[in-house]
Amino acid sequence: MGISVEGASKSFGDFQALNDVSIEVPNGSLTALLGPSGSGKSTLLRAIAGLETLDAGRVMIDDEDVSKKPTQKREVGFVFQHYAAFKHMTVFENVGFGLKIRKWDKARISDRVHELLRLVQLDGLADRYPSQLSGGQRQRMALARALAVEPQVLLLDEPFGALDAKVRKDLRTWLRNLHEEMHVTTIFVTHDQEEAMDVAGQLVVMNEGRVEQSGSADDLYDHPANEFVMSFVGEVNRLGDGFVRPHDMDVVLDADENTEEAMVQRIVALGFEIRVEFVLADGTEVWAQLTRAELQKLELRQGQIVYLRPGKTKSFNGDVPSSDGSGASTPHGSQDGGDAEVSAAV
Amino acid sequence: MRTVSSTRSRWGLRTLGLGYLALLLLAPLVMIFYKTFEHGLAPPLDAITSPDGLHALKLSLLMVAIAVPLNTIFGVGCALLLVRHKWKGNGAIDAIINLPFAISPIVIGLSLFLLYGAKGWFGPGLAEAGIEVLFSVPGMVLASIFVSLPFVVRETVPVLQEIGTEQEQAASTLGANAWQTFWRITLPAIRWGVAYGVVLTTARVLGEFGAVSIVSGQISGETETLPLFVEKQFANFNTAGAFGASVLLAVLALTTLLAMNVLKRKEDA
Repeated sequence: MGISVEGASKSFGDFQALNDVSIEVPNGSLTALLGPSGSGKSTLLRAIAGLETLDAGRVMIDDEDVSKKPTQKREVGFVFQHYAAFKHMTVFENVGFGLKIRKWDKARISDRVHELLRLVQLDGLADRYPSQLSGGQRQRMALARALAVEPQVLLLDEPFGALDAKVRKDLRTWLRNLHEEMHVTTIFVTHDQEEAMDVAGQLVVMNEGRVEQSGSADDLYDHPANEFVMSFVGEVNRLGDGFVRPHDMDVVLDADENTEEAMVQRIVALGFEIRVEFVLADGTEVWAQLTRAELQKLELRQGQIVYLRPGKTKSFNGDVPSSDGSGASTPHGSQDGGDAEVSAAV
Repeated sequence: MRTVSSTRSRWGLRTLGLGYLALLLLAPLVMIFYKTFEHGLAPPLDAITSPDGLHALKLSLLMVAIAVPLNTIFGVGCALLLVRHKWKGNGAIDAIINLPFAISPIVIGLSLFLLYGAKGWFGPGLAEAGIEVLFSVPGMVLASIFVSLPFVVRETVPVLQEIGTEQEQAASTLGANAWQTFWRITLPAIRWGVAYGVVLTTARVLGEFGAVSIVSGQISGETETLPLFVEKQFANFNTAGAFGASVLLAVLALTTLLAMNVLKRKEDA
């Protein structure tokens, strides 16, 4: 069941959370809404579920306008950041809640709940209360609860935001696998670009209530439509009017016409990756990402004067982006956001 | 780290606190129990089982049976309105609800007396319709509801705020309508707040004297609740009856409190 949102706007008092947002989520896809806090991504997700009413625009699920439908009739599964576990119910009762509302008979509910608990690996914990579960277990219970009613779409609002790093990573992988098994159209909100790239096939980058760009992780990383996307998706150095990724910074020991003088300020070893921080003649601070082998070859040390050759510099200042961000692989709808940004900049 | 002096001051504070409570709250209660059973079980029992005593007990329980459910329904509804539906008028509602706390019960009784009396706004119309409010049960129920109205609201509002709206939203995404969400999610989540409000309401209704005393006319065997019965017995120097009824009142109130504590402990276990 595909989802599309057309021209969605929503204000809370003076704050405009959504400003004419349109997105298109293909049937069966796993899409991430990515953006900093206050970018409107959660509001958009909640509007799709009917938990917020839009000031303008409409929400279509499976080509049906559901804007006027109350939440309980939209058949969406929703997972909240803080689990929203029913505290007075056991895990079994939590997962079976939607089925009980749908008046399934007891035996059928029991079969379905146990099937789901096996799926989320909580089968031994059916009689526990949410307070007796860890954060990760609670979130898996919430997911089972949302999936129990076989929703048309699954919406996850920063589902791993309250969990620690290790559990987060495990659940990420697990969610990806689950999606491959179930193929229910899924939208998932996050502010963590690594998480978005890890889990989702399609990303929608939002900022200040608007869609900046959407596309695959590669699209966004290699062909960002604007400065915001470039700096939000991946690391970036600013050189004059241009932007360059730290791994596109070549460090050389001899100057030529394309290099710039720089002094090594600090060398940080992060496992395989080495982060070298420089200061340029004009005082600009930049950094380069090197491998261990590259560092050993260059024999860099603090205070040394070297030369940087920035490759693949991008500029968004009036120029058309060096490569087109809305290529063939970019799904529909996304172009609206991307193009709007680009044309606004021209 | 615990030092000797901090331990000593802690014990000092405890003794002071307990001593203060014992002197002000427990001593009078113990005294009443002692005086009641000073000459055995018979005198207080006789007083309570007299026709007027039994009638007073029944009437008090009737007040509870009517006022408590009404105030519970109103209280929960009002708390939902205050917490879940932000609206400009909420401040005014919030202030009005506290009125019964602020106004002396005797003033409440008087104002009801005026409103429903022969020259009041509502009195003549109701009298024409054949409904006697003053000096009968309806007036006493009104007074009981008035004085005990804020408790359920006051106990429910903070609990509602604390549970937030996420569980309710989750229920709606799972297909539950507003009514189902209220019964299956909201009410179970706030039940201890509501229960505590109910206990306080019950205790207040059982013990109400001032307001009820004015609107009831204190007719023995007709419009006399237990507190009014106690007062009349005391005024007539029938101390056994007064103390007996007092103890009965105290036991009723304590039972309500205990019942809730037992239930709550079961829940937590």
